[in-house]
Parts: sequence; C-alpha cells; structure tokens
Amino acid sequence: MPRPIKSITNPRLSLQILSPEDVQRIHTATLDVIETVGVRFPSPKALEIWEAHGAQVDRNTKIVRAPGHLIEEALKKAPPVYTLAARDPAQDLPLDGNHVYVGTDGCGVQIIDLYTGQRRRSALKDVAEIVRVADYVEEVAFIWIPVSAQDCPPETRGLYELKAAWENTTKHVQTESIYSEREARASVEMAALIAGGREELRRRPVLSYALCTAPPLGQDPGTLEAALVAAEAGIPVGFMTMTSCGSTAPATLAGNLVVGNAEVISALAMIQLAYPGAPVFYAAAQTAMDLRTGGYTGGGPEDFLFGAASNVLADFYNVPLSMGSFATGAKEPNWQAGIENSLSTFMACVVMSDMLLGVGLLHGSRIWSYEQMLMDCEIYDIVYHMMKGIVVDDETLALDVIRAVGPGGNFLAQKHTRKHMRELWVPKFMDRRPYEEWEAKRDDARDWARAMARQILETHQPEPLDPQLSAELEHIIAGA
Amino acid sequence: MTDELFRAMAQSIIDGDPDVAAELARKAIEAGIDPLEAINKGFVPGVDSVGEQYSRGEMFLPDLVLAGEAMKAAIAVLEPEITRQGGQRQTLGTVVIGTVEGDIHDIGKTLVATMLSVGGFRVYDLGVDVPITTFVEKAREVNADIVGMSALLTTTMVRQRDVIEALEDAGLRSRVKVMVGGAPVTRAWAQEIGADGYSEDAIGAVAVAKQLVSAG
Repeated sequence: MPRPIKSITNPRLSLQILSPEDVQRIHTATLDVIETVGVRFPSPKALEIWEAHGAQVDRNTKIVRAPGHLIEEALKKAPPVYTLAARDPAQDLPLDGNHVYVGTDGCGVQIIDLYTGQRRRSALKDVAEIVRVADYVEEVAFIWIPVSAQDCPPETRGLYELKAAWENTTKHVQTESIYSEREARASVEMAALIAGGREELRRRPVLSYALCTAPPLGQDPGTLEAALVAAEAGIPVGFMTMTSCGSTAPATLAGNLVVGNAEVISALAMIQLAYPGAPVFYAAAQTAMDLRTGGYTGGGPEDFLFGAASNVLADFYNVPLSMGSFATGAKEPNWQAGIENSLSTFMACVVMSDMLLGVGLLHGSRIWSYEQMLMDCEIYDIVYHMMKGIVVDDETLALDVIRAVGPGGNFLAQKHTRKHMRELWVPKFMDRRPYEEWEAKRDDARDWARAMARQILETHQPEPLDPQLSAELEHIIAGA
Repeated sequence: MTDELFRAMAQSIIDGDPDVAAELARKAIEAGIDPLEAINKGFVPGVDSVGEQYSRGEMFLPDLVLAGEAMKAAIAVLEPEITRQGGQRQTLGTVVIGTVEGDIHDIGKTLVATMLSVGGFRVYDLGVDVPITTFVEKAREVNADIVGMSALLTTTMVRQRDVIEALEDAGLRSRVKVMVGGAPVTRAWAQEIGADGYSEDAIGAVAVAKQLVSAG
C-alpha cells in the first residue's frame, strides 16, 4: 500500500506581496536586463539554440542578449499544468496550482548519524535510508537527493543516488545532483526503465530535474546540457536561482528578484526554444548575504519575503514553482531552526508554491539531521492546518451546542465536540505535558523525533523495486 | 443474550452515549440481571477500553468525559436497584470535591470529578465557591476518604490551607486524605499546607487518588 501524501489544497488564506503593477515592473526590468546586459550561457549547444532564434550571441564571452518578445513568446509555450509521476500512480503529484508538495532537502554533504549522534561524511547508504524514511512520512510528497553519495565515483555519483532513491520509495524523485550531459543521458535511460519505455516516460515522468543557475546572470555549462537532454525526453526541468542580496545580486530585494528572474526565465525560454511545450518549472531560493561574513544565511526576513514573491513571478509566467523553504542556517535543531523553517514555509505555502524544498538539512543545506527532518514535517503540518482557515457555517457556528451548554458549563461532553475535535491539531513533538513529567524526564522534541526516525527506519518496508530492474539500472550506470 | 447485552453496554460507554447506557441498564433490570454484574461485566469493560485507547493516544479527553457521562447515567439507573436488593456498589473510595470559596473556576475541578468517578470512586461534587464549613460537613456526612480542593487564583488558593485546618479542628484530618490542584498550585505549595496529594491534571489525579486510598 502506498503511503498517503499530505498536500495543501483549496487554501483559505492568501497574501498580497506584490501588486500587479510591481510584477509588471519586475518583468519589464528583467527583459531589459536580458536584452541589454545579457545572460551568460557557456555551452556551445545553448548558444546555437539562441543564435538560431535570432538572439545576439557573443561567442567570446558566451553572453546572450535576447529581445523581450523572444523570451515572452518562448515562455508562452511552457505547459502551465502537468503531473510529476510516481512509481506508484496513487502518489502522482499534479502541478495544477492548487497543491503544495514538500520534498526532502538536498544535497547535504554530512549527516548526523541516527545512532551514534556523530556528524560524519554522507554516503550512498544514507541516501537509501533517508529516502526510506521519507517514503513513510506523509508530509514528504517527493524526493530530492538528500545527501551526496560520497563513497561512489564522482562521474556516476548522481546515478547511484537515483538508483538508491527508486529502490527505497514509490514517490516521485527529483534530482538536483546531475550536471553533465553524460550522466543526464544515463538518467533518462534509467527513468525510462522505471516508467516502462521512452514514450511512457514522456507521459508519466517519474523523474524531474532541478538545476541551479550561476548568479549573477549566468548559467553552468554542464547543467545547461543536462537540462537539454532531460527536456528532450519530456522530463520536467526547473532552474533554481539562489541570488544573494549584496553579493550575487543588488542589496535591494526588488533588484535581487530582477537578477534571479533573468537567470530563470532565460533558461526556461532556451528550453522552450529547443523543445517547445517541454514541461519546465521556476525554482528559487533567494537570500541575503550575511553582512558580517558574506556567507549564505539560510533564513531571515528577506528569504521569507522572497518565498512569497517568487510564486507571484512563477504565476505571472504561468509555470509551476519550486521554492526553497526550510533549510535553516542553524547548526543544530534549535530556536533558530524553528523560527527560520516556520516562517519560510508559511510564506511559501500561503501563496501556494507548488513544490517546497525541503525537510531535513541544517547549516544552510549542508548537514542532514533526521530529527530536523521530522520536526520540519511538523512545521509543515502546522502550516497545513493553518491553510484550512476558519470555516463559517451553521455547523461550525455551533449555536445549538452553545445553547445546550449555556453560561458556566463546559463543552467537553458535547457530541459536537467529539465530532469535530479531530479537526483540531495534535502535535507529535510539541511538549504539552505536565511540568512535573517534563521535569522528571527532561526529554524533548529531538529525542522523540530521533526515536520516531529509528522506528520508521527499522520497520518501514517500501514497495520494493523489481530486482531485475535494479540490476538493469546498475548495468546502465556501469556503462555510463 | 446476556453476553450480547454486556457487549452493548461496553459499547455505549465507548460511544459515550448516556441515553443508550441508561436504556441498557433498564433492560438489564427487566431481564433480572444482577445490577452489580451489569456494572462490572457490562459497563466497566467499556471504561477500561476507553482508558486504554486514551493511553495509546487514539482517544482524547472529550472521549473520556463522554464515557464518564454514560457511566454516570448507567449507575444512576442501577444503583437504586442494588440498594433495593440490599447490596452496595463497591467503589475505590468516597471523594468530596469542590472549588474553594471566592473562586468560581469550574472546568478543572469538574474534569477531576468526572475522571475520579470513571476511575471507580464515589464522587460528591460540591461545585464552585464552596465555603470551608461545607467541605467539612460533607466529608463527615458521607464518611469521605478524600477531600479534593481546586483553586485557580493565588488569592484563593490560601483557602485550601483553611479547609485543611478546619478538617483538623473538626477531628477529621486523620481520617481523610487531602488532594489539591489548580493552575497556581505546585507540589511545593501542597507540601507547605500539609496536603497529601497533588496532580497537575485530571488523568494524574486519578492515579494520585488510587495511591492515597491504597496507602490507607
């Protein structure tokens, strides 16, 4: 039986963060930047595509300057709605603008060992185990490769990670760790094997790609070529900007949005020029640099505002959004992690970002923590409940019950209470115990999350992948 | 037939339905079933089931309270019949409970009363704003094993000490155990005023009460 997936739908909360006029100004400024400043596309294949469509290409600097109408017309070809397919169709994720799905964060390089509590370098076994836990947890709708399989050869590491993911979940897998044409070709073969053929893969993409831009105003060559391979096969491709106020973008938030937007929409436009109608998505995790060190912050009011603003831009271009939320800068699951991950997730959810990334990483997406993963799920669960809003009707106004109880009574023994009490949120990790019980045990959310993660890991058996398919995946990797 | 009735009784407690519970109690009397047996083999297994489901996190406080209401309804029908037959319902003990004078907070105290009642105690709930003398007189009248006092204000919790002193003056203190509770009340306060038991919540209060009566 596939595990249920908890996605936010039919929201009752909303937020206006940018006016239509604001969005238009950001769009106009973005087109201005693409046309007059340009974006660097350091790949011969990408440059050929641009040239073939009349963009101005400088072969020396690899900078492309494209007129606004070319970008706009290309983006119009992108499908507004499509589905991320899962190995089990019951877990398919329609990106229809009316769902928010959470993924695991990625791609960490260290892990806090679930049993020793020691921090160590991540390995392939960790990918498998994290994905197995994620397969169980209903808050997680899809998998991002959570940590790097550093015990695998660098040339095929991204492929081993994919294999480990498919062997441990029936949910959709999105990779953010493939950045070469060679690996991309192998990943398409692997995905086709899982989907049941090339045409079936196009119809039901069990794999999608999240790729990074190279701010400011640049792209990465391997990434561009991998994206083109995936798009040709009908695998959904997203480009994520991580522009940072003060370092890779202007210090002002609007200026940051313009730079990131130019990177993302120019990349999406290039895909549409090459393969019109290919499924693409907008992805973003903009931030502000730490003013003292210049470092990545992984949280703060700027990030939270970007979390809401990006979806307005993605909606404007009529493509799904994958938004960076969670991913605290905190070194361990603590006060900072709670605040950053709550606010970033709330802001990204309230505007109905299609995909959220992701649960489980600390220290700016570097260190995996199972405790943080499950506590992040609880944060999402709180937001999930908030997004249901307040329903006002005869049943919820409860006048009959109010009359029956009257002044001074209580509502505990009312059938209405029993009927509706399960709509009230029940925490897994919030400490609501009597003080004396806490005082005697002194345990907390981290302990309970760790215990739950261990229990899932020790007991949950995902629907296995056919061993023959596994062997064929291995064969593809060996030949890559 | 009887087994089926007993199962329905347990279910009426699990469903928290006082009307059905009372109706089943009447049926048992009509069928000539021993009313004590109806309680112990019919309704009590329902209470046990609710308690277990609560401790597993599958049921919540309103389920317990509704189960308590259903149990009360059943006992209200069966107890006069037990008395008529010259018997007596076995309980864990008798509790007199109330919110102290000057304090009108009701819910916490009522919850504790309900939980004690479901847990097998005979409970006399004196309500709120209860004068010191009323606690003492009722404790004497019903030969109480436990006197429970609730207070929600720092200004009224001092009355808990007054009641304990009044029980001493009346010569009852050696015969009754005293339990205190309420938001401002702490274990330290309970010790300071010479109370025997303290709990932060209604579920814990039942365990404390059971300890106090078994300790004699």
